[in-house]
Amino acid sequence: MPKYVLPKERERQEYQEARADLLQALPHLSRRDFLSMSAQAAAVATVAWKGFPPHSFQLINVAEAKETAPKFTIAYVSDTHILDKGLTHRFVRACQKAVQDVNALEPQPDFVLFGGDLAQLGKPEELSIGQQILKDLKAPVRMMVGEHDWYLDMGEKWREMFGEPTYSFEHKGVHFIVLNSVIVEDYWTEPKMTPMQRMLAMAQLDNPHGRPFTVGEAQRDWLKKDLAKVNKKTPVVVFSHSPLYKYYRPWNFWTDDAEQVQALLAPFATVTVIHAHTHQPLTNRFKNITFHGVLSTAWPWPYAPKGLPELTVQMVRADPFNQFDGCGWGTVTALQDGQVNKRYNLWDRNPMDVTFEQVSKGRKGMEQLAAQLKGNISWPSY
Amino acid sequence: MTRWGRVVMIVAAITVGGGVAVRGLSEEAPRHQLPAPADGRSKVVGLCDGETSVTVTGLAPGERMAPDKAQAVASELMGKYDAKLQVAHGGTEHTQRETRVWEAELKRVVDEGYKLFHSPEIGTNGISCDMCHPDASITHPETYPKFQSQLKKVALLRDMINWCIENPLEGPKLADDDPKMRAMEAYILSTRKGVPLDPGKH
Repeated sequence: MPKYVLPKERERQEYQEARADLLQALPHLSRRDFLSMSAQAAAVATVAWKGFPPHSFQLINVAEAKETAPKFTIAYVSDTHILDKGLTHRFVRACQKAVQDVNALEPQPDFVLFGGDLAQLGKPEELSIGQQILKDLKAPVRMMVGEHDWYLDMGEKWREMFGEPTYSFEHKGVHFIVLNSVIVEDYWTEPKMTPMQRMLAMAQLDNPHGRPFTVGEAQRDWLKKDLAKVNKKTPVVVFSHSPLYKYYRPWNFWTDDAEQVQALLAPFATVTVIHAHTHQPLTNRFKNITFHGVLSTAWPWPYAPKGLPELTVQMVRADPFNQFDGCGWGTVTALQDGQVNKRYNLWDRNPMDVTFEQVSKGRKGMEQLAAQLKGNISWPSY
Repeated sequence: MTRWGRVVMIVAAITVGGGVAVRGLSEEAPRHQLPAPADGRSKVVGLCDGETSVTVTGLAPGERMAPDKAQAVASELMGKYDAKLQVAHGGTEHTQRETRVWEAELKRVVDEGYKLFHSPEIGTNGISCDMCHPDASITHPETYPKFQSQLKKVALLRDMINWCIENPLEGPKLADDDPKMRAMEAYILSTRKGVPLDPGKH
C-alpha cells in the first residue's frame, strides 16, 4: 500500500524535484533559452516583489534541453596491447596513464568499459599485467574481448580471468550488450599452425591471408533471444571490438555479418554501437544506429585508404615523436533520450566531442565540428 | 725412353690436346643458321644478332650489290632489329633471362624488407614497424628528403627508419648501407609505386 503523503509534503517534494531538474538543465540550456528564462524570471520577480510569491520553478519549457541532458556517463580504456617486456614498457605505462586519468574524473563514471586487446599476444603474463593495472580503477569494470586476447588459446585464459565474453546487462534504463565480435573462420587447423603461429597471424593487421571478423551465427542467435526481452523503446548500447559495419577489409576494420547484426538492431528506437579495434576517432550512422570508435592507449592507426565513413572527422595524423599522441581514452555520456555523446580524451590534444546533435545533422553537423576542432572532414590518407 | 724424349712426348700431347680443344671450340662456336636462298639469283644476308636475316633477290651469282641496294638491305635489317628491341640500353636489347633475373632479385630484396618491416626482432621491445604502419601506410617515403622538424635537420627516408628503430622499437640503429636498411627502404618505396614524388612535403 503506497505511503500516504500529505498535500503540503507532496508539494514540497514536487518543488524539490522541479528545482533539481532545473539546476541540472541550466548548464545545458541554449543561449536563447537562457535569455528567455532570465526574462521570464525577471518578470516573475517583479510580480513577486509586488507580493505574489512564486513557488514553482517550472517557468519555461525545458523539455528540449531535458531530452539532450546527460543522464549518466561511462568511461572506456581500450586496446592496451600489453607485452610482457617489463613494467616500464611504453604500452604498460600508457595503460597506467589511462587508469590514472579515469580515476581522476570527478564525478566518477558509472562504470568503465575495457574495449578489448588487453594483451598483444594473448599470453597469460600479458593478461595478468593488464588485469592488475585495471584493478586500480575505482569504478566497476566491464570487460570486452579483442582478437589479441583470444587467439593464442581460443579464449581459455580470458574466460578463466574475466568470465564469458558475451553478455548483457541493464543500467539506468539502458540495455547494454557486450559481444565477442572477433570470431574468424578456422584457417589454422588444416595447415597445422601452432597456437603462437595462429596468434601471430591474427595479430598482423595487414595479413594478406587474414579472414574477416564476424559475430557469427551462434552469437547472432543469442543476440536475437536477448533482444526479444527488450522493449523497442529502450535505448540499446552495443559494445563490440570489431566495428559492426564495413570500413576496410584488408585491415579487418570490418564485420562480415554486419548487415545481419544491424537487422537485429533495426526495430529499436535508439541504438549506439561503441567499437574498438580501429585506434582512431570514427563516426558512422546507419538508419537507427550510431557508431563510435574508441581510442587505443598503445598506438594510433592511420585512416584507411578507402571506406572511411563520411561522418568521420579525422584527427590530424599523430606525431610519431610523441609516444602518446593520437592515443588516449574516453567517455560515453548517455542522454535522457537514450542517444549518446562521445568524448575522445586524446593525450596532449584537446578532447574531441562528438555529440548526437551533430551526428543527427549529418555531414553538415560534422563539418561544423571539424571547423571547431580545426580538423578536417576529408583529410587525404597519407 | 730418355728424359729429353719424355719432354717431347708431353709437349706433343699438350699440342695435340690443345689443337683438339681449339677445334672443338671453333666447332661449338655459335653460327647464324641462315635460311637457304630460294633460287640461284637470291641471297640471304644475316645480321650480327644471329637471328635476323633478309632475302635479296635479282642478283646474279657472285654479283656485288650496288651501294644504294646494299644500303636498302642494311636499312631493312636494322629496321627488323629495332622492331624487336624491348629496352634501349646502349643499343642492346635485354634478354628474357636478364629480365627474369632482375625481377627475381628485386622481389627478393622487397620481400626481405617486408619480413623485416613485420619483424619484432628489429627492435628489442616486441614492437614491429607494421604495428603503426600496416601495409607501410603513413610512411610517405615520396616526401623525403625533407626538413624533419623534430630532428632539426633534413632527413632521408633511412633517417626516419632509424629514428623509429631507436625510439618506438628501442632497437640498435642500422648502418646506412646495411642490407637490412636497404631492404626495408626497398619495401617501403615499393608500396608507393606510382605515387608522384613530392620531396619536402611535410
